Amino acid sequence: MRALIVDDSRAMRRIVGRILADAGFETVEAGDGQEALDVLASLDGDLPVLACVDWNMPVMDGLTFITQVRKQVQWRSITLMMVTTESEQDRIVRALAAGAHEYLIKPFTGDALVEKLDLLGLLPTPVGDHS
Amino acid sequence: MTIGHEAFTFVRELVRAESAIVLEPGKEYLVESRLVPLARQGGHKDVDAFVAELATRRNPASMRLVVEALTTNETSWFRDTDPFTALRQSVFPTLAKTRTKHEIRVWAAACSSGQEPYSILMTAQDTPEIAGWKIDMLATDLSLEMLERARKGEYSQLEVNRGLPATTLVRHFERAGLNWRINPALAAQVQFRQLNLMRPFPAMGKFDVVFLRNVLIYFDLATKRDILRRVRQVLAPDGHLFLGAAEMTMGVDDAWERVPAGRSSVYRIREEQRTCVP
Ligand SMILES: C[S@@+](CC[C@H](N)C(=O)[O-])C[C@H]1O[C@@H](n2cnc3c(N)ncnc32)[C@H](O)[C@@H]1O
Repeated sequence: MRALIVDDSRAMRRIVGRILADAGFETVEAGDGQEALDVLASLDGDLPVLACVDWNMPVMDGLTFITQVRKQVQWRSITLMMVTTESEQDRIVRALAAGAHEYLIKPFTGDALVEKLDLLGLLPTPVGDHS
Repeated sequence: MTIGHEAFTFVRELVRAESAIVLEPGKEYLVESRLVPLARQGGHKDVDAFVAELATRRNPASMRLVVEALTTNETSWFRDTDPFTALRQSVFPTLAKTRTKHEIRVWAAACSSGQEPYSILMTAQDTPEIAGWKIDMLATDLSLEMLERARKGEYSQLEVNRGLPATTLVRHFERAGLNWRINPALAAQVQFRQLNLMRPFPAMGKFDVVFLRNVLIYFDLATKRDILRRVRQVLAPDGHLFLGAAEMTMGVDDAWERVPAGRSSVYRIREEQRTCVP
């Protein structure tokens, strides 16, 4: 399974990348929304199942990126998760309305990210009791 | 430096007598680390000195704080997911067919900081079969500190990141400074009360659903058995009991049977053990 990490901070991309790799993802990265759109276009056919998207980035911010992705039918299968320091309620509401499926507020722990993946049904073996 | 043998033994016996929580030898480090803040607050040079004074003066307030410090309050929203799916897809719809007064009584018997009872209420609101019904929700815990937090209903960013879908967060919470506060109307539906599971239960009527999750694990077999037996007395004959993922009734109190519910399971009183009709 492939995941796209969109963040202008290399350190943050590395942190998120490591957590996703441990959860079994192969990752690709982009430093802003426009670069991420280009990456998606170039991946054509072998799309990521998940994109973790920062809000504040140069060139194109995360909200615009999400809005753009949602306009394209061929990208409908991509699960979008905002991963950002933006923590105001109306921000979350806006991101969800634009088409984000989940919203994770920085700073977060690895467990919190994994739990979000579980909520999204993106973990190979969900955490919890399935006995 | 770790806690001395004498101090450990005193704490262990105190905690056992007051909460039934078993602290096996080997848990010295846990006891030490949980008591350091209390020792420091009291101006003692170390945990041994703090416990030595406690053992002589036996101040009830300090003893309570020690017991509370040794409870483990780890919890999360919709913990393990599946029990809540089972509530929504199977338990509530089943109750919807038989509870003609349109009221369901739920007890969260070790509610910690409140995530569990609040998650149950949110789940009830998402169950169309019981739309508009009254959920009579009792939530209890031994720890007064946890009950106070639960009543306040305020959670840090870290806590709301754990298990709470973003749509649920914006629907049921409001920002309160750096924290998030649960919708007051939802909070008002829960009655929080202190209750020690090892003591006889007060009169509280019968419940349709009991959550007794992730607490029996701290007790010895005899205590588990006794609690499960008494829970049977406060559960409606056709009621549902939820235990934690690592807990079961088998070999503890066999008057229960385990029934699959979605990807999870619930416990019900065996037919032949259902003595009285409510
Ligand atoms: C690990 S938490 C479980 C919280 C919640 N039920 C869940 O599953 O997420 C255990 C709780 O049991 C409480 N507890 C421990 N001993 C107890 C006792 N004797 N009576 C009532 N509650 C007790 C603790 O204070 C703590 O809040």
